[in-house]
Amino acid sequence: MTVWLHIVALGLLASLGGALWRVWRGPSQADRMMAAQLVGTGGVGVLIVLAALQDWGLLVVALALALLAALAAVGFIKAQTPDGAGDPEETAPPSGWQNRRATGQADKRA
Amino acid sequence: MSLALDLALCALILGVALATVAGGGVFRAVIFFITYGLFLAIGWARLGAFDVALAEAAIGAGLTGVLLLAAHARLRRMQAGDAPPPAGLNLPAALAGAGMALALGWAWFALPVPATPDIASALPRSGVGNPVTAVLLNFRAWDTLLESIVLLAALLGVWILARDGDWNAPLGPRYHALSGGVLVNFGRFLPPIGLCFGVYLVWAGADYIGGAFQGGTVLAAVGLVALMANVVRPPRVSYALLRAAVVIGPAVFLLAGLLAAGFGAGFLTLPPALAKSVILVIEAALTISIAVTLALLVIGPPDDAGRSS
Amino acid sequence: MMADVATYVLTALGLVFFVAGTVGLLRFPDTFSRLHALTKADNLGLGFIALGVAFQADTWAQLAMLALIWALALLAAGTVAQLVARAALAQVQVDE
Repeated sequence: MTVWLHIVALGLLASLGGALWRVWRGPSQADRMMAAQLVGTGGVGVLIVLAALQDWGLLVVALALALLAALAAVGFIKAQTPDGAGDPEETAPPSGWQNRRATGQADKRA
Repeated sequence: MSLALDLALCALILGVALATVAGGGVFRAVIFFITYGLFLAIGWARLGAFDVALAEAAIGAGLTGVLLLAAHARLRRMQAGDAPPPAGLNLPAALAGAGMALALGWAWFALPVPATPDIASALPRSGVGNPVTAVLLNFRAWDTLLESIVLLAALLGVWILARDGDWNAPLGPRYHALSGGVLVNFGRFLPPIGLCFGVYLVWAGADYIGGAFQGGTVLAAVGLVALMANVVRPPRVSYALLRAAVVIGPAVFLLAGLLAAGFGAGFLTLPPALAKSVILVIEAALTISIAVTLALLVIGPPDDAGRSS
Repeated sequence: MMADVATYVLTALGLVFFVAGTVGLLRFPDTFSRLHALTKADNLGLGFIALGVAFQADTWAQLAMLALIWALALLAAGTVAQLVARAALAQVQVDE
């Protein structure tokens, strides 16, 4: 069992490493943010596995991480609004958004 | 197997650290820094330092991320964030960084190895069962007292940045959100859970994992969610209760230290019979101050200028 | 023994979903489809891993913690997916 749980933790870390490539590549800020979100969820998974391996007290750390998983993303969507204090749901999506370009928007906007 | 896991974790931590400082783009660096905090938390967990892992998870992956993202967005609004980074290697900065790293490494090896203090045998006299809490609030209480004052000084430093006319405006930007939207509902749902968890961390910290700092950080984080979702309005600097909340931690700590000195035990020397209750009182007061101070540090000084635009 | 088998199967399944989420994040063509990949696959993966680890738990408190962790992760993922998608949508370039 111990060996298997190590393998699961390693597999999770490897999958997080893949997500880091998306943080590096982007292209949009939303892509990078969501990849970081995936690293957060995966980190909770790793901590759960480590809890079974090492010490069940680690569940407390996993719980803290799960509770605050959305914090950075909420800060991100706040910062994305024009005055930095709004809510993306307040503005209607641009008309014709279904015809958006396939790649979203890149980082380098003014 | 265990070694492979540790090596993979080390590689990820180093890789993310490198990705944070290498390559252009402030936003990318910020996101990498957030994930860096996450991997660091797992690293501390691997090392068995659960209290540090908890603090790193709450601060590194939570609060710092919000702070840096808001700072980046503000720079962009001021049109200051998009200056292209200088091409090539910034040699003076690289040399200064490498020199600092070498000096620190040298100092580490040059220092004499200190005799490891025997915490285990002193623990029964501390009043608590968690050795980290025993060190922070009893054996090295002086450091913790000063740190709580540093936090207060930092908050005053941030408030000083307010314009004169804004001084008594509500703190931070004026957050708004779609009423009945996803963000508002999240801001209503999460804080009660976080409140229970934060108080649990303070209570459990005496004998298990947690403590005033970890609990206070969790409370600050969920308070920040409530503020950003516009469920709770930010207070004004003149609000008496706010000022009380910010100073109660250092004040109670200082008072406990002085009382101990008054009874002849020496400043901040807690008598073992009373230590447990005194530590719990100090921790409760510290938690309030840490929670309020950290949340207010992140939202920043009152900013009325951005309100009309 | 049965509990161990359950742990093997469930954690393996969880790992598969995590890897699938990462593959989706890397391979899908645009921001919105990548959002799908990670908010769904990942949280299913986390659920399976929590369930698998739960078979090794010793106390009811640990089970309750695992359930709470998963519930909080779901709440965060659902909220964040909606909000980030709307934030990304506000900046999408529209072809006429």
